[in-house]
This record gives sequence, structure tokens and C-alpha cells, in this order.
Amino acid sequence: PGDTSVLAGLYGPAEAKVSKELPDRAALEVLLRPKVGLPGVMERSREQLLRQTCEAVVLGVLHPRTAITLVLQVLSDAGSLLSCCLNAACMALLDAGLPLTALFCGVTCALQPDGTILLDPTARQEQEARAILTFAIASSERKVLMANTKGSCSVEEMQQCLAAAQRAADTVFQFYRDSVRRRYSK
Amino acid sequence: GLRRSGAGLLVTKCGLLRHRPAGGGAYWVDSQQKRYVPVKGDHVIGIVTAKAGDVFRLDVGGSEPASLSYLAFEGATKRNRPNVQVGDLVYGQFVVANKDMEPEMVCIDSSGKSSGMGIIGQDGFLFKVSLGLIRKLLAPKCEIIQELSQLYPFELVLGMNGRIWVKAKTVQQTLIIVNILEACEYMTAQQRKQALAKLSGN
Repeated sequence: PGDTSVLAGLYGPAEAKVSKELPDRAALEVLLRPKVGLPGVMERSREQLLRQTCEAVVLGVLHPRTAITLVLQVLSDAGSLLSCCLNAACMALLDAGLPLTALFCGVTCALQPDGTILLDPTARQEQEARAILTFAIASSERKVLMANTKGSCSVEEMQQCLAAAQRAADTVFQFYRDSVRRRYSK
Repeated sequence: GLRRSGAGLLVTKCGLLRHRPAGGGAYWVDSQQKRYVPVKGDHVIGIVTAKAGDVFRLDVGGSEPASLSYLAFEGATKRNRPNVQVGDLVYGQFVVANKDMEPEMVCIDSSGKSSGMGIIGQDGFLFKVSLGLIRKLLAPKCEIIQELSQLYPFELVLGMNGRIWVKAKTVQQTLIIVNILEACEYMTAQQRKQALAKLSGN
């Protein structure tokens, strides 16, 4: 645990190009750069997932006709990359002081062939698993913002994974709180 | 940092919740930020980027350039235009600043006097700090400014958009003040006193 790391940088609200600006809200853009190589199709799909999750929490209506850019650089990947990106994105939004309606955190569950649920799997465990589910869980009443599944599983198993992820989300939110507290106590 | 939603309040930024019991009680969230969002009535330092007919475009560090009419200076008339070039620094306040419109600035206050606003003179050094430090420096009895003024005499303009302009007698003194102000963000009072004592001993 703890080997996957992503560096997040947030720019904005800045002036948007006329072709990209939206008249009533901020235009959010996410750029995900892998550790080696050029961004490919997987990166693009992850960028869209992150973008839609962030758009659900950011109060874009307070900054119309502006552009908010989030750049994520993968420093090392040892499993659970998508939820690491989600957590980095949320911390970047928090740190920059952008108005948010809720916080969110990413939790990955791996469903092993024998039915046990593993939280935050390593790359090895992800390979062996039958299905990998990633959830973005909001801080208000632990609602689900985003769910991404790779592999097949039954509905009950998905519900179980969701419950486990919601419990794990508490630990992550506590970590957010502690980091912010440390920052403001200086 | 607080917003009304339906019947309740929504906290939208992270920070310390503060309360002022005077005059009906006001709650707000103190947050650290570097990016400036224009607010009506804020005094800011802007950089002139273009002259478009009767109006100057100023970069204030927000998402859009602000506009400043040439008549918005003290004693300016159609015949008597102020001498503003591209690249000049101007200290003014926002008269219009909401999310839907381009921000507008003026260099006179409501009675028509300039009260310290206007074009900032030559020389000096402009640099950017976080908004939290500016608020600290603008507090009524700021220790940092008092301690620095015992060191060297200097001229200081603080913009709410995070920009500070400093001018002291020599370039070296100016740079020393700039470095201290930038470092003040992360130093505690103890470290700052030590650094200043070291400098005044020189």
C-alpha cells in the first residue's frame, strides 16, 4: 500500500478560449499524463470520468465563461490508479479554494475469484481479480458520484463492494481533514 | 466561503470558520488562496495591457482583464488626459465586479478624490503573494510592517489581488524587503524577528 502516487495541479478560474467557454458555468478540463509514453485512449477515458465527477461537485455557476484546468501527472503506479487520481483531484480542488458543494474520494474494490472483497488492491491483486470496481463517494451522506467497473460481477456483489467502499471512504475523509488542519494550524 | 442553499447553509471552501459578534454577528470561512476573484470595492494593483480608445485594459490577476476609463482619475477631463502607458502600474478600486460582467475599475472614490489611488510611480518592485498574507498585512496593527519600517524607510502599496509594490532608497534594500515579505508567509513570528535582527545588525 502507498506506492501509487499522482501529482495534481489546478489552474483557474482563468480566461477561456471563446470556442470553449460556456455562458453560464465554468468549463472544466482534466489532463492526465501517464508516467511513460504519450497519453492514449485509456487516459482520455479516465480524463472524462474525472471531469464528470468534478463537474458534479464544483460550483461552476459562480465563475461563468472561465476555464478551470486540472493537470494530473502519474508519478508511480502500483494499482488503484483511478481512485488515486480521484483523491488527488479532490485535494487539489480543496487546496486551491474553488467553491465545492461536497468532497469526494475514490475507493477501489477488487472482487477475487472466490468472492472475497479486497479494498485498494495492488497491481498483482488487480490482475488476479475477477472484477475491479472503482467508486467515487461524496462526503455528504456517502452518496455515489461515479462507479466504474472492469470485469463482471453480480448485483449483490456490487452492493457489497459499495457498502465496503462507503465504510472505507470515512478513513480517506479523515485524512483530508487532518491534512487541511495541519496546513491551517501553521 | 458560505452559501445559502434552500433553508440551510452550505460550506463551499475549506478553512477556519470565524465569527464576529458585532452588529448582528457575521460568520465567514477564512481560506488560503492564491488566485484572485474580483470583488466590488476591493483596492487592487493592475498592470495596463492595452489602450482601446477611451478605455484602458488592466490585468488584475483574475479571469478577465478589467477596464478603466480615462476619465476615472482625479482632475481628468476630456482635454486633460492622464498620462498612462502600456505597462504602467495603476492602483484603483472595483466599481463593478460580478461573475457575469467584465470588471470595471476607477481611480477615484465616491467623493471624486483620489485618496492614494492612481498611477504608481517609476522604479520599485512588483511581486505576487497569496491572498492570506495580504489580509494579514492589512490588519490594523501589523507587526511585520512596523518591524520592517524600523529597518529602512520604504513605500508600500498592497493590492487585494495578491500584488505588492515596494520601493526603498536603493535596489538592494528593495530586494531585501521583497524577500522578507515573501518569506513571511511561512515564517513564524520568532523566525521573522531573528531574520530582521540579523539584517539590522549588518
